[in-house]
Amino acid sequence: MNKCALLATISVLALCSSSALAEESADPIIIPIHNWSSQIVDSNVVGQILQSVGANVEYVTTDSQAVYESIRLGDVALEVEVWEGAFGKSFRAAQEKGGIVDVKTMNAVTREDWWYPSWTKEACPGLPDYKALNDCAALFATPETGDKGRFLGGPVDWLKHDQERVDALGLNFTVVNAGSAAALWAEIAAAEKDKKPIVLFNWTPNFVDAVWPGEFVEFPAWEDGCDVDPAKGPNPDKAFDCGNPANGYMKIAAWDGMEAKWPKAYVVLQKVDFTNAQLAEMAKMVDVDNMEPEDAAAKWLADNEAVWKPWTE
Amino acid sequence: MSVAIAPRRTVFGLTLGFPLALVLLAVLVALLKPLLPETLIRVPLNAVMPYDRWLQGLFDFITHDLGFGTLTRYISAGLEVLLDATGNLLFGKNRWPHIGPLPWTSVAAAMAVLGYALGGKKLAALAGLTFVWVALVGQWDLAMQTMSVIAVAAPLAIMAGLGLGILSWKSRSFEKALAPILAILQTLPFFTYLLPAVIFFKVGPTAGCVATALYALPPMVLMTTLGLKKVSPEVIEAGQMSGSTRWQMLRHVYLPSARTEILVGVNQAIMLSLAMVVLTAFIGMPGLGAKLLSLMNSLKLGRSFEIGVTIVLIAITLDRLSKAWVVKQPQHFERGTPWWRRNIYLLLALGVFALFWAIALVYPLAGVIPRGKDLSIGTQIDGVFDIVLNNPVLVAVTGWLRWFLITWVLIPFRDGLLWLPTTAVLCAIAAVGYAVGGRRSALLAAGFFAIVAATGWWDRAMITLYAVLSAVVIAACVGLPLGILAAQRKRWAEPILIACDTAQTFPSFIYLIPAIMFFGVNDVAVVFAIFIFATVPLMRYTIEGIRAVPEELIEAADMSGATRSQKLWKVQLPIALPTMAVGFNQAIMFAFFMVIIAAFIGTQDLGQELQKTLAGAELGKNFVLGICVALMALAFDHVLMKWSANRRKILGVG
Repeated sequence: MNKCALLATISVLALCSSSALAEESADPIIIPIHNWSSQIVDSNVVGQILQSVGANVEYVTTDSQAVYESIRLGDVALEVEVWEGAFGKSFRAAQEKGGIVDVKTMNAVTREDWWYPSWTKEACPGLPDYKALNDCAALFATPETGDKGRFLGGPVDWLKHDQERVDALGLNFTVVNAGSAAALWAEIAAAEKDKKPIVLFNWTPNFVDAVWPGEFVEFPAWEDGCDVDPAKGPNPDKAFDCGNPANGYMKIAAWDGMEAKWPKAYVVLQKVDFTNAQLAEMAKMVDVDNMEPEDAAAKWLADNEAVWKPWTE
Repeated sequence: MSVAIAPRRTVFGLTLGFPLALVLLAVLVALLKPLLPETLIRVPLNAVMPYDRWLQGLFDFITHDLGFGTLTRYISAGLEVLLDATGNLLFGKNRWPHIGPLPWTSVAAAMAVLGYALGGKKLAALAGLTFVWVALVGQWDLAMQTMSVIAVAAPLAIMAGLGLGILSWKSRSFEKALAPILAILQTLPFFTYLLPAVIFFKVGPTAGCVATALYALPPMVLMTTLGLKKVSPEVIEAGQMSGSTRWQMLRHVYLPSARTEILVGVNQAIMLSLAMVVLTAFIGMPGLGAKLLSLMNSLKLGRSFEIGVTIVLIAITLDRLSKAWVVKQPQHFERGTPWWRRNIYLLLALGVFALFWAIALVYPLAGVIPRGKDLSIGTQIDGVFDIVLNNPVLVAVTGWLRWFLITWVLIPFRDGLLWLPTTAVLCAIAAVGYAVGGRRSALLAAGFFAIVAATGWWDRAMITLYAVLSAVVIAACVGLPLGILAAQRKRWAEPILIACDTAQTFPSFIYLIPAIMFFGVNDVAVVFAIFIFATVPLMRYTIEGIRAVPEELIEAADMSGATRSQKLWKVQLPIALPTMAVGFNQAIMFAFFMVIIAAFIGTQDLGQELQKTLAGAELGKNFVLGICVALMALAFDHVLMKWSANRRKILGVG
């Protein structure tokens, strides 16, 4: 209460600075942040680039699937990482409802699937074929899973269809979900100590490529509709009887009102483009070098002016 | 003490006979499982109605066809103005009124004066130093982001709670209609608050604010009604005799007389706001909760710990300040006291506030501590934790515990619960209900579980129940003996009670930190987190129950030459049992709350499904799941509270 009284008097003296850009809205461009490192850093990178051209930027932590609904409604303005395998479905669903635009497909190629570090192959030489993996299932057993093998999945809100795939392909595995991405890395590090076989969810581009060499498990190749149409893939009765796309896209998506509201920022956004190596580097700064994401973004911008300066011109 | 002779055979206030038959039936059903038709083992799939789609349809109708969505968007626009203003003042968000951020020294000094006004020097030190700590470890912005939401949500909950409380005191039928809604609100898992908030009120601070206010509402309503009902007839008569109008009666007679209860409600509303605001990180609320979530996500435990300390300090400060307000009697000044004397503390607060503001203009460090200039040692603590937690002895102990609990206790118990036919479980629950409260309780408790079965989520619900029960049983094994020991010695009882009270003010999220630290990411960590959270009320109520045993009874026991253990088993425990049952009840309610949060660690229960609905924005399914959790909690609540009340009646206490 007492603070308010004081503030009221001071606010009379305070200068209200509302410097609006020509035609560009002064409202903040709201950028969503999720729970894996490369996305957090490149969202900050894009945010700081937009700030450098005069935009007002704010960040909001949201769920990575629900975000497409928020973009559609204009609650957040854009999404820097739309992975085909993980978010293609939510993105397409939002596109059908309208309100979201496909800004561009970036240079980066994505793949996310069951993965193992190289020492696993010594114990189970038939890899990367999924049938060989299934024959070695007992090698992956833990107290929690009994005599079945453990597949360590990502956090549940990533909505992977690992369980469906286990059912469709008759795999002798139990899906256990890690609470976070970091829990996945901690498990790899723990398994590395005594070279224990482990199979878990992983993706590229990711810093893991540089720290632990490994391979993706080769499931029956992805074909369009495999996730909805039981007829596709080897099992005629069930969907999800295939791997994820091996050469997935990575797109930038935006609210369809963005171009009209922040035309300058939108032009910059259309030029933003990241490669696998750049994204892996950004993730590494946070996951391995322990930097704060904002600082990592600032450092990346300082080191790579030649890359991003042209986007702003 | 006269024990009424019950008409039926009872043990500890439980009716036996019919319930025994029910238990036998349950055992029989379980044993005959291979012979049973599928229908009795689980509700058949084709009998499970698509409740989630019906609810979704209802929500869609309300949102789109009735235009509720547009209405809530208007409300959220209004809320956003308020949140932007507090955001600007506290952490310099770029919005109207463009004054902030307030210098941290000013805020800390004003809080210290507030502490002094409410509770003297100690409280001044606590309040002031808490905010100095927050600034020095470089968490000022995060803490202020959190506070900016509480500053809107808590007053909102308090005003709405006061209004609803007055209404339900005025009208008996309104109270009756409100009671079940409040009971459900108090047991709904927090994910069920979050999703509708996001859908109706936009992702970000507004949704967080609405969810927080709703969550903090029930105790305020209940305490207001309670306080108003207790106003003594003499006071009311005095008010009427002096010819007060109805408004004057409310404003000058009822509300001041109910002051204590209302302020207790305010205290609870503030504490619940803090607990919830940390959890709203799950829907994108920035602040301490979001930072804690992301640090725990990346297993940076030292820095999580530092944030944990901040949250705990803020919780203690807010709790002590609001409790001091409850105790402090309003000051009455003699007629003719000058204005400045009446408002001396207000003026003092304004004075130090302005003073530090002026200082901050000269020395910017007194205004904002930039990143890199703070004294955070989180990264170093990370290192220390790494060394401590990789200590081979500790690793061996936690590794063994983990293996033992999982293979010999948790998994067999979980598989057992999952193996049981639904009908057997329902029979057993009905038996317990009947033993405690007769036909009505049996129908209620079994009915609640039957609804859970009918939704088709039975297996998930049993996994939730398994985590809750295992944790509460372990908590009882640890908490009850400790509580009994502490209650025997006066010197221990007091500090332990204070420790319990303090621990209860911590936002539940905090308890995940040690769980993940020691056990990593698995079922044991889940049970461990629930276990510490549930031990606190168990201990607290055990101590209180035993301490409340009337002195005369102890003396009588001493005189008749009872040994210490006789005194404990024959006198103290039987009389303390009803109070301990309340503690048990609270432990179970806490456990149901915590098990859902533990979805963050990785569970396979209702909480996991709930978390998934957040991602898919499936409001209908979210509500079905949320109500499943609430119903199970309410069944326990009903049975335990009924038993405690019966017991008290028989013992003639309370």
